[in-house]
Amino acid sequence: MSCVTTCLVGGKAPVVLAWGLVVTVTHAGRRTPKVAKTNSVVKKAVMAISGIVMVLYLIAHMIGNLKVFTGAESFNHYSEWIRTIGTPAVPEQTTLWIIRIALLVAVVAHFWAAVSLWRQAKRARPERYVTKKAVAQSYASRTMRWGGVIVLLFIVYHILDLTTGTVNPDGDASPYDRLVASFSNPFVTAFYVISLVLLGMHLRHGIWSATQTLGQSNRRRERTVNAFAIVFSTVLIAGFLIVPFSVLFGLVD
Amino acid sequence: MTASMQSSVGNPADEKRGMNLTLRIWRQKDPSVKGKMVTYKVSDISPDMSFLEMLDVLNEQLIMQGDDPVAFDHDCREGICGMCGLMINGQAHGPQQTTTCQLHMRSFKDGDKIDIEPWRASPFPVIKDLAVDRRAFDRIIQAGGYISVPTGTAPEAHATPVPKADSDAAFDAATCIGCGACVAACPNASSMLFTAAKVTHLGLLPQGQPERDDRVVNMVAQQDREGFGGCTNIGECSAACPKGISMETISRLNHDLLGALRAGARPKS
Repeated sequence: MSCVTTCLVGGKAPVVLAWGLVVTVTHAGRRTPKVAKTNSVVKKAVMAISGIVMVLYLIAHMIGNLKVFTGAESFNHYSEWIRTIGTPAVPEQTTLWIIRIALLVAVVAHFWAAVSLWRQAKRARPERYVTKKAVAQSYASRTMRWGGVIVLLFIVYHILDLTTGTVNPDGDASPYDRLVASFSNPFVTAFYVISLVLLGMHLRHGIWSATQTLGQSNRRRERTVNAFAIVFSTVLIAGFLIVPFSVLFGLVD
Repeated sequence: MTASMQSSVGNPADEKRGMNLTLRIWRQKDPSVKGKMVTYKVSDISPDMSFLEMLDVLNEQLIMQGDDPVAFDHDCREGICGMCGLMINGQAHGPQQTTTCQLHMRSFKDGDKIDIEPWRASPFPVIKDLAVDRRAFDRIIQAGGYISVPTGTAPEAHATPVPKADSDAAFDAATCIGCGACVAACPNASSMLFTAAKVTHLGLLPQGQPERDDRVVNMVAQQDREGFGGCTNIGECSAACPKGISMETISRLNHDLLGALRAGARPKS
């Protein structure tokens, strides 16, 4: 393999030698599979850890959202506080941007690992079964990939809606008014509900999968981990959903 | 068991309870051509036949007609060698959690349509019809599924005590026969359960400690190199495993691998 490459590139032999380390190892008589340069388990660990970072943020986000029930003034004040954490020691929005950058890194890492493993799985089974029966998989585990893509699109919309106000009907208003304006539209609320339910299922399998990937599961803990994953994702998503539903039913206006 | 055998002897009506089945089987001449499902009919199949014996009946029929018999792998036919392995109606080894040779026709009923396909994964290329090349598993074993033992006289039996719980868990993992059902059943065509069984089996025993870090790093690198998919902890593998290897082994592999990488172990290129 490396000989062929060397011959083709000719004069650049030393560079090719250095590249030789990443060149695919071939087995006689077999088509060479495209080799994953990063260990697949490492990719999964990246996925698990970036997932945990995002879950920790979601917990804080959900609790923060509940401030909406303490009234417009309190909610807007909370929103203002997030932008001024650490001031005057640091410039305004410093803490916020640290959180944003950490989250962006987590999203990119999570997405990179997912796409890379997705492609690896596609390459591993180019010819599909004519008949395939699922025995053990849950709906949550089956919807991880496309569910994840929908959740990503939702996050983009969510930022344009409530953070930047670009697609919000009341974009220049206070955070509280923006929230009410957005959720007064039943279609927006429906999109939020669907995305959050998908996110809940993503977390239900994700928590279990991350525990396995980081090597923290065993036969004894399996039931507890799964029970925790179900309870945690249900409580978290219920905490998020209560806000749009309260707007929809006129409890918050 | 005894009761049903007695009734079949005593009741003449049971003499004619052979089943008529419609089989749709993947036929593929060689790795280079595209295969397709071909429909065959078999009649008078006894419920006491194993699935492979039913295929033997079909093949005799095909030979008598001058057709090419269906190629399928098998060896011991007693559930311990791991050679046989067919996707039967979309399930690895069929509806029972056992090997194909230990699956009996009593699991089916008269008039059933049965789809039979080979294991499908790019590291398991089809050789012919239902037979696939599983040497990728051998290469994973070669990458680290061994221990170093000094040659010479056998060591004193009590020199290396092993806790009972560890030896039981190691033995549970060691029951893996490398049939490939885990890969076949996995939506990602991942060989994680197979590799994890080997890593667990040797990693739990004192004899497996010297190579423990290198073993897991090299075996995982090899399974990636072979082109298997990654694990998403869905659990189809364990549900299909004729030996019931648990998902716990996968967690142990991940734990060992991440620990080994932190300790500086790197795969041999």
